Amino acid sequence: MDRHLLSINDLSASEAIQILNTASELSKISDGPMKKLPTLRGRTVVNLFFEDSTRTRISFESAAKRLSADVINFSAKGSSVSKGESLKDTAQTLQAMGADAVVIRHGASGAAQRLADSGWISASVINAGDGTHEHPTQALLDAYTIRSRFPDLRSNFNGLKVAIVGDILHSRVARSNVLLLTKLGAKVTIVAPPTLIPVGITDWDVDVSYDFDSAIKNVDVVMMLRVQSERMADSFFPSEREYSRGYGLDIARLNSLKDSTIVMHPGPMNRGLEISAESADSHKSVVLAQVSNGVLVRMAVLYQLLGGAAFSGEVSA
Amino acid sequence: MEYTIKNARMLDGAIVDVEISNGVIKNIGNGLNSGEMLDAQKHLLIPGLVDLHTHLREPGREDSETVATGSAAAAKGGFTAISAMANTFPVADTAGVVEQVFRLGREAGLCDVFPIGAVTQGLEGKKLAELGAMANSKAQVRIFSDDGKCVSDPLLMRRALEYVKTFNGIIAQHAQEPALTVGSQMNEGIVSSRLGLAGWPAVAEEAIIARDILLAEHVGSRLHICHLTTAGGVDLVRFAKARGIQVTAEVTPHHLLLTDELVSNYDPVFKVNPPLRTEVDVNALRKGLADGTIDIVGTDHAPHPTEDKDCEWQSAAFGMVGLETALSVVAKAMIETKLLDWNGLVNRMSIAPAKIAGYTNHGQNVAKGSAANLTIVDTTANWIVDRNTLASKSKNTPFQGMTLPTQVLHTFLNGELVLRNSKIVKSTNGGSN
Repeated sequence: MDRHLLSINDLSASEAIQILNTASELSKISDGPMKKLPTLRGRTVVNLFFEDSTRTRISFESAAKRLSADVINFSAKGSSVSKGESLKDTAQTLQAMGADAVVIRHGASGAAQRLADSGWISASVINAGDGTHEHPTQALLDAYTIRSRFPDLRSNFNGLKVAIVGDILHSRVARSNVLLLTKLGAKVTIVAPPTLIPVGITDWDVDVSYDFDSAIKNVDVVMMLRVQSERMADSFFPSEREYSRGYGLDIARLNSLKDSTIVMHPGPMNRGLEISAESADSHKSVVLAQVSNGVLVRMAVLYQLLGGAAFSGEVSA
Repeated sequence: MEYTIKNARMLDGAIVDVEISNGVIKNIGNGLNSGEMLDAQKHLLIPGLVDLHTHLREPGREDSETVATGSAAAAKGGFTAISAMANTFPVADTAGVVEQVFRLGREAGLCDVFPIGAVTQGLEGKKLAELGAMANSKAQVRIFSDDGKCVSDPLLMRRALEYVKTFNGIIAQHAQEPALTVGSQMNEGIVSSRLGLAGWPAVAEEAIIARDILLAEHVGSRLHICHLTTAGGVDLVRFAKARGIQVTAEVTPHHLLLTDELVSNYDPVFKVNPPLRTEVDVNALRKGLADGTIDIVGTDHAPHPTEDKDCEWQSAAFGMVGLETALSVVAKAMIETKLLDWNGLVNRMSIAPAKIAGYTNHGQNVAKGSAANLTIVDTTANWIVDRNTLASKSKNTPFQGMTLPTQVLHTFLNGELVLRNSKIVKSTNGGSN
């Protein structure tokens, strides 16, 4: 990780582990009475959200505030962006306002990289989801969540078996998770109907299965992806019911999992479509832990990008 | 005006003097001395290049290119004839618009500008445009294309192919099945899957090529496939030619040199339609151009203003400028690799396109009595592409900073020097016949 976090490809395995370690150290502070660190006092973090995502924005906002940064939220709706202002002009406005870091969520794949590479701004850029490309902090918080449930995994995920299930084609969460989990040594199986798998999957270091039932035998992690109902209108699958029968995590499939297996979902969930209520609320589900870990991991990313070092547990200043 | 080109190197290696008078080559020999002298210093003299695929943007988008600036770019690139695509505003779907473009070309006087007419009204793919009126206009249109869009309705395509037979016209198809390419951003494959950009699959091009060669066979008409980009497309054209179907095909310089790996940084300067493909495709295109399956190089020169490229990938316009780099890029892809020699290159970039289009004053061998549409190129020079020095009004070149072989030195249009020492010479007579 240099100045930006645009893709999981920006991180080596050891750098990713370092972020998880920093998040672990920060969690000790979050559990204590004084939740705020002075690390980023006087620094400005801008949340630049061209797509609505209250969850992700709040997570980044909390993370920045716990590090004492000033936070500016800039959402496209009702702003100059909705009046046709370009990404470039918006970026340069933020530059003029003195942003130290820009957290960008954008509907276009590559928007975060354009912002970082174009010379429009000098701030660090953190990709908070770009189109159907990547969502690296989601993958990091998922890895953190997995590690907290499997304490044997410290510096790598060797031997861990993960099934990622659903709309791989359109999922930035899937792309970042495949990259990070395989980088850390996990064995990843993609499970989806062929229509929702990219043709270039052959180049990914994963197994591919169209059969959910056989794919989840012996896995340690089942990661469900949100399925958008407009995919049905575009004939990616015939009906919600058929999708749910083939690729939904229902009670029977939940019961077929090993005792130690965990169920993940990046949210928001379509209960009854890709995941049944029983599965979402079962003791195997770590969905809420994912949410709370999101703040810690984003703190760790901001800390390392703007603070310039891994957190050792010592609080200065 | 009269000129004598001294010390020109012919394609066969002979060093000769070439006398030009009244727009034609009057004499070729040694010790010729009439008119103004231009010393070619033993550089290569070839017929002026001919492009069947040029977007000049006028009328309507004069912020990106005009007929005059595009003509200057063409002359700098060694072209003496270019073909203005119909996707202007208004669309070139009437005699009035094609005559306007034709007239603007004459006024600029740097290159012969032959308008292409739209196949369908407004490029909407619903009703035939007045093809006959355009053919019979002063512009004498023979090539019709909805380029930028595909004539996707098979019945309409059949009718267009049949209809243009009355005046020996040709339909130039932009082969892109629209239903397979909704929202497409780049070649569908390994790179698009990694980048999360919506794919433009090879099959969307090949399905239309397959359909149209069968239609052309059925009705006995001439079909031209614009900007072929896929290995499968080359195979289909090879099959069609073996069957004796009247099909010709074109490849752009950029598809001969660049691959979809370049999209990895999301720089929209590499966004083009049809998209950059894979190395396998590039090699198949080169081989197809070498063996004549692909008849010609067409630039698909597509100027766009800065703001249409200085943005995120998805919002950016498709297209690249190419007139000023075309010869050098083809030399790099085909001559440096020994797939073609200069005779072959001149065939693909001048003689064959002029023949397809019926531009009788162009693409003639350098010989006594031929029209003096000529260019002189330094085949030993290398140059570095600098977008700020382009004559084109737009600067969207994907070759920025690249070192390319072969430099265009001088260009004659109908006997008048329009480019001297790589610089535009203002035409004195405002055009030619």
